Amino acid sequence: MLDIFSIPLPALFGQLLLGLINGAFYAMLSLGLAVIFGMLNVINFTHGAQYMLGAFAAWLLLTNLSIPFWASLVLAPLIVGLFGVLIERLLLKRIYHLDHLYGFLLTFGLSLVIEGLFQWKWGSSGAPYPSPIAGGYNLGFMFLPAYRGFVVLAALVVCLATWYGIERTRLGAYLRAATENPTLVQAFGINVPRLITLTYGLGVGLAALAGVLAAPIQQVSALMGTNLVLVVFAVVVIGGMGSIMGSIVTGFGLGLIEGFTKVVYPPASNTVIFVVMAIVLLVKPAGLFGQTK
Amino acid sequence: MADATTKDPLLKVEELQAWYGESHILHGVGFEIGRGELVTLLGRNGVGKTTTLRSIMGIVGKRSGSVRFEGQETVGRPSNIIARLGIAYCPEERGIFSSLNVEENLMLPPAVKPGGMSVEEIYTLFPNLKERRRSQGTKLSGGEQQMLAIGRILRTGANLLMLDEPTEGLAPVIVQRIGEIIRQLKQRGFTILLVEQNFHFAATVADRHYVMEDGRVVDMIVAADVEKNVGKLQAYLGV
Repeated sequence: MLDIFSIPLPALFGQLLLGLINGAFYAMLSLGLAVIFGMLNVINFTHGAQYMLGAFAAWLLLTNLSIPFWASLVLAPLIVGLFGVLIERLLLKRIYHLDHLYGFLLTFGLSLVIEGLFQWKWGSSGAPYPSPIAGGYNLGFMFLPAYRGFVVLAALVVCLATWYGIERTRLGAYLRAATENPTLVQAFGINVPRLITLTYGLGVGLAALAGVLAAPIQQVSALMGTNLVLVVFAVVVIGGMGSIMGSIVTGFGLGLIEGFTKVVYPPASNTVIFVVMAIVLLVKPAGLFGQTK
Repeated sequence: MADATTKDPLLKVEELQAWYGESHILHGVGFEIGRGELVTLLGRNGVGKTTTLRSIMGIVGKRSGSVRFEGQETVGRPSNIIARLGIAYCPEERGIFSSLNVEENLMLPPAVKPGGMSVEEIYTLFPNLKERRRSQGTKLSGGEQQMLAIGRILRTGANLLMLDEPTEGLAPVIVQRIGEIIRQLKQRGFTILLVEQNFHFAATVADRHYVMEDGRVVDMIVAADVEKNVGKLQAYLGV
């Protein structure tokens, strides 16, 4: 028996695997958004542009300085993370006391400026980035390029390491406590403004890391983050704003749902996540893993 | 105002004014605490006792005047720097973090000076906390949360403890237990500034009492004179 409900099994598994790869990116990006929102109370609409900056950093390092992928995997998130630190110090910290709307305007405006500049300089057609791992595996139902397998594993490791860092370490305890009551945490002697800066840098670095991982799969282009980030915001809303495990589980889960929809009813594959979002918001407005404040 | 304090106070507050937004809460508070002393701030609701503690800690909107700790001026410095000088604050609402378990709550404040109590000593003082160290901080009873809020500032090496109404809303037997603990802490050499509504509790532990009215310190009574000033105190506190 090779098909269930007249869906050929190879097609099903193939799409689920592609969904898992997409889910890996959703998870990494929504994780960064959740960390930033938890601590700064700012919805970082620059996230897509920062993801793009990660991919571009890797591409520029390779084409100009011949720095290979594996070094970029560390260097690009550091560079883009530092850029994030600058944004926080120079711009974001001035608007924390204002309404959410100002955070939206600032980060959305920034992303338009950054993407506009890159489009102007490098155009929007995109540049290829060579895959750092050649070959692949024949899984019987599909051919899995080795690099895509690596992306899923790397995303899992990054997500779990971030979760561990936040939920199980001392620095993570500072972060969680400062999310709840920054005034008291600072009165204990912790430099909360610096903690906020580092958190933003970390969240932006995660976006850039996802961008580096995406570079060999997608074309490196100025607008590569815009479409993706729309889906990622839906993921964050479904998972629950600020929930770490929620972002990870929802990210991978929605990738799979999307993949499944591509087999069952392809025309809905682009909208299924937003349908899920609408349903979740109706039933559980705080998101699947969110807590109402 | 009579002043029977030491020559070299640990904390000296002069002309302290504080604002929350547009409202002017403190109108020139002044008092001092010697090393190893246990001093209370008494007064009715809304006279500025909590605001005085928060101003010393540096967590009000705006303040002026002078707060010197071990001779160093703290007005104008951020609260994390003030904490590092050796001042620890236990807020009235206790401030237990719900996303942290009991042990994480206990370990949260970083050490600011050598000589703090060890975790084992703190668990000996509060055995309940050890039993429930894996529970979510806010799942503890009110009394246990209060003990956690006091316990976590003993580890840091801070030598001035500011306790804001540690007995509020607790059963008499727990109030008694907290009284014993506060006396033990004094014996260990901690200097304590206690804000209390419960005068009977305050009278059992304190060396001196400062009375506040309308954002100012208006009187000071040493423990030995409390008996003969009962009438006056009752008038101040409106009991």
